[in-house]
Amino acid sequence: MVSAVSPLSDSRHLLGIQGLSRSQIELLLDQADSAVDLSRQVEKKRNVLRGRTLINLFFEASTRTQASFELAGKRLGADVMNMAVANSSVKKGETLIDTAATLNAMRPDMIVVRHYSSGAVDLLARKVDCSVINAGDGQHEHPTQALLDALTIRRRKGRIEGLTIAICGDVAHSRVARSNMILLTKMGARVRMVAPSTLLPTGIDQMGVEVHRSMETGIKDADIVMMLRVQRERMDGAFLPSTREFFRFFGLDAQRLKLAKPDALVMHPGPINRGVEIDSEVADGPRSLINEQVEMGVAVRMAVLESLSKHLRNG
Amino acid sequence: MNKANLNETAKGAAHTGRPLALINASLIDPKAQTQASGGVLIENGVIQALGPSVTRAALGSHIEVIDCGGDCVSPGLIDMRVFIGEPGAEHRETIASASAAAAAGGVTTLIATPDTNPPVDDPAVVDFLLRRARDNAKIRVLPAAALTKGLRGEELAEIGLLQEAGAIAFTDGAHSIRSSKVMRRLLSYARDFDALVMHFPLDHDLAASGGMNAGLLATRLGLPGIPPEAESIILDRDLRLVAATGARYHAALISTSQSLGSIARAKAAGLPITCAVSINHLCLNENDIGDYRTFFKLSPPLRHEDERLKLVEALATGLIDVIVSDHNPQDVETKRLPFDEAADGAIGLETMLSAGLRLVAAGPISLPMLLSRMTVRPAEILGLPQGRLAIGAPADLIRFDPDEPYVVDPSKLHSRSKNTPFEAAHLQGRVKLTLVAGRIVHD
Repeated sequence: MVSAVSPLSDSRHLLGIQGLSRSQIELLLDQADSAVDLSRQVEKKRNVLRGRTLINLFFEASTRTQASFELAGKRLGADVMNMAVANSSVKKGETLIDTAATLNAMRPDMIVVRHYSSGAVDLLARKVDCSVINAGDGQHEHPTQALLDALTIRRRKGRIEGLTIAICGDVAHSRVARSNMILLTKMGARVRMVAPSTLLPTGIDQMGVEVHRSMETGIKDADIVMMLRVQRERMDGAFLPSTREFFRFFGLDAQRLKLAKPDALVMHPGPINRGVEIDSEVADGPRSLINEQVEMGVAVRMAVLESLSKHLRNG
Repeated sequence: MNKANLNETAKGAAHTGRPLALINASLIDPKAQTQASGGVLIENGVIQALGPSVTRAALGSHIEVIDCGGDCVSPGLIDMRVFIGEPGAEHRETIASASAAAAAGGVTTLIATPDTNPPVDDPAVVDFLLRRARDNAKIRVLPAAALTKGLRGEELAEIGLLQEAGAIAFTDGAHSIRSSKVMRRLLSYARDFDALVMHFPLDHDLAASGGMNAGLLATRLGLPGIPPEAESIILDRDLRLVAATGARYHAALISTSQSLGSIARAKAAGLPITCAVSINHLCLNENDIGDYRTFFKLSPPLRHEDERLKLVEALATGLIDVIVSDHNPQDVETKRLPFDEAADGAIGLETMLSAGLRLVAAGPISLPMLLSRMTVRPAEILGLPQGRLAIGAPADLIRFDPDEPYVVDPSKLHSRSKNTPFEAAHLQGRVKLTLVAGRIVHD
């Protein structure tokens, strides 16, 4: 994993896909490819982050993203601390800014943040002098998820440009959908957003994507079908009448998948709701990339951490 | 009730010292929509004479003379929507600090919303505010009282007693009344007292947890949006109930072209209604939010530029009656938070006139037209004698040079809170002199 240029050379932080150029994304994916090789060896450790401290600050529960950042940090030699908000003073009413100032005083080199409010990670980044990595903010962005999805697609299909990619499900509430939409359109893919109208945000049709309100047209001839997790609380009649109605019209099963290209692949950011947005037969089937996405996640986060490490303090 | 007395109570006795004359001014008469050279002679707190005949040569030596050097002189501004914080949130704003900001911004009368703690839903609180204003305010501070007890939108407030205590009008401030039944009863009851109902139309359910205008930008930022229908649905409901009851109704704040359409139709039908927009919605748009800048988080939210242009157009045609500052002091505790957790509101008393002058400089609005929406129209709606450049009118006057540029420095603003959306903005027309009842309150 040697590269002369750092893909994230113009910023201390990774706050969203929005601020990245196509060439920066490509360089990050190249670096991540090397990280995949490293992670498949017996000796997985490097020491580019030796002596560095990485804090995982998660205001929302997360299993895979938090574990993935932890592993990525450790494989690069950093000391990793996980801050569970349930045990922190945030529960005692401390504001986000005060929490940021407190952690900053402990002189970490990098903070990985997930927060339930859109823009909260931006706000925090302005108040600390270490690197901040967005691990998901509200309904805004989840940049490392989009990068790992792109890596997965690129490794399987050899390219992203020109592919037809359908992003299906709860588009309105999904930061994964937003970051993926931005990244994939930047890379030249043909992106479709597929959801019932109640789960499509206003103005989505002006963002360079095709909007489909039925799965039949939405996934037709697609190269990639990317399913999104639908939260149970959306299904109580608020946005959708019921789970079974959603699955009937927007769930992905083997029958419906036949509408996509014969070599179409299926993705999901996890955790999956079996029988809600995706049928087990598809999720566990040969065309599912779901577990591969998890592997790529560690690699992409290693690439991001290494890239940002180029301009850490004293670095 | 006697409005003139109310002002005396609010402001103390009129200035009875030496007569004062402002000469060599460009006099703006917002009622006649004219601008002409001349002077104003003030005695006993009222305008005694005005026009080209008021010159230094024509005045006796016992009269104190201020040469305005060609600057504009206009009636002082009347701001119909100001959140103060006293009682209950004095750390954000007191009557004294709000009135200092008002005097510096050329506002000589302000209507304080009842969103305090305790809220202004009891005659004793009205009395408290009038006494505090008398003792601490440089300008006229007139309390509006709650429409419903506790601003909860459920039970009618004591409109008759509150009015007797001195409440100038009735509003639930930042709260919108959800129940159509309550609104209907309020309007019927208010009509019997000829009370002015100033209501902020917002459908709570439709606005939900939204913090900004629904649209492309909200989607990009991942923030839930407030659609224009959240405003117009409640406004349309209110207008139907006004038609049924005949109450005097003032839409306290509107922000969309849909609402303008509703207002235009209701006015054409002869309903006793008026409406206001905030200076923020005339001068700013949703793009100013940029990267989650919470000082631009307002209620109603800043809208798309097309909507702003329609508001300016409606201001030019006279469809919009009133411009308000919607002054809403918020501090670090309520604003330095993630966008959707931050409080709504911006301060504006001190920058309303200068921000409005942007619209004059840009062309679509004449200076007398702009000022009429901040002076005589609010006065007419509220039944106040000030806000006019006329012999016998209270000498609430301001002097400013509409072309003099300055940069807004929040640390120099008089408000206790610094949440201005015009931080570092290049504005023009700072107020040089403010008189209330002939007395200099800002110089």
